[in-house]
Amino acid sequence: MKALLIRDIRLAVRAGGGFGLGLAFFLIVIVMVPFAVGADTGLLSKIAPGVLWIGALLACLLSLDRLLALDFEDGTLDLLATAPLPLEAALSVKALAHWITTGLPLVIAAPVLGVLMNLPTQGYVWLVLSLLLGTPALSVIGTFGAALTVGIKRGGLLLSLLVLPLYLPTLIFGAEAAQRGAAGADASTPMLLLAGISAATIALMPFASAAVLKVNLR
Amino acid sequence: MTLTVTNLTIIRGGLPVLADVSFVLETGQALILRGPNGVGKTTLLRTIAGLQPSLNGKVSGAQDQIAYAAHSDGLKAMLSVTENLSFWAEVFGQSDISHALAAFELENLSDRLAGTLSAGQKRRLGLSAVAGDRTAHLGSDEPTVSLDTTSVAMFAVAVESHLKSGGMALIATHIDLGIEQANVLDVTPFIARNDVAMGSSVEAFL
Repeated sequence: MKALLIRDIRLAVRAGGGFGLGLAFFLIVIVMVPFAVGADTGLLSKIAPGVLWIGALLACLLSLDRLLALDFEDGTLDLLATAPLPLEAALSVKALAHWITTGLPLVIAAPVLGVLMNLPTQGYVWLVLSLLLGTPALSVIGTFGAALTVGIKRGGLLLSLLVLPLYLPTLIFGAEAAQRGAAGADASTPMLLLAGISAATIALMPFASAAVLKVNLR
Repeated sequence: MTLTVTNLTIIRGGLPVLADVSFVLETGQALILRGPNGVGKTTLLRTIAGLQPSLNGKVSGAQDQIAYAAHSDGLKAMLSVTENLSFWAEVFGQSDISHALAAFELENLSDRLAGTLSAGQKRRLGLSAVAGDRTAHLGSDEPTVSLDTTSVAMFAVAVESHLKSGGMALIATHIDLGIEQANVLDVTPFIARNDVAMGSSVEAFL
């Protein structure tokens, strides 16, 4: 399992691995927003938590279609499916590797980009905390979507359409927590719900992913 | 440990391709699958490895322990030979890759990126990743594609040492590997008549 994690991270940071893809997309979206919305700092700081969350979610979505497709093409998934390692564990590890190479950089970049959005001072902690809690769910749900569409050539569109509705609860509670945090209100309720979503998806989704992947490998 | 295949009917694209395949494979034995292109050798291997369901029949014995080596070999172009090998070694519960490197004479290439190898060298690397495994049983699909005679001999030696150490091998190939313990099974007599078993499974509609 450790070998798979190290290999996936190593592949992501090597040339062509797509490590910077999500991060660059996130950066571009957030830099563009003030230009498009205008220099109204009050408005910007009001929409900042929501825009930062949407940016992070789309950046995560962008990197999903290479999560399993490359391993499918070169036969790695066939070998992994017959290896002594259970497929559920292998997919959990791949989701973890995806989070480390995509989700975690977004969490780290978010407060820096928050400055561009004139995020209120008290909002930074809640923004980072909500992203930290929410992005693992995005990776795990994304792995499920990738497993569902793995046999399809150029399945990126279908993958996005399938995964977006599954992302909505995470987005709603994540953005709500960041919003309330920025407004100085009590954000503990959406945070708890967000934590619940993450915990449930991390625990259950790998089984669903492994089941659909087995069907797709036939 | 024996691998017993009883009356196995396998399907590809919803249609039965081979029907009532039966054989027994004992520890230390190899079975070479023969047959023309498209007859269903790959499908048979995949079914036995548990990657796809069969229409009827049974595979019993060491099914969980089969390492399936496909046409494509799970190598990453951006990882070096050593990184590729040690990853698969660890997945299959091994720690030492020197043996696998030596068996296919890959020592001189060990620091090269797999993407820069020639077709034959890649094939050798792919084989060493799976054949180097001591615990699992080997299901290998056309292992000798793009290999020269020397490399084919290397593969035969690796399979023989795998058999001696208590493994078994099931290999689909068109050429003579020269493995002593090998029996040959020509799958042509098992070709399914396509009027049988049509629609008898939900699978046919999927």
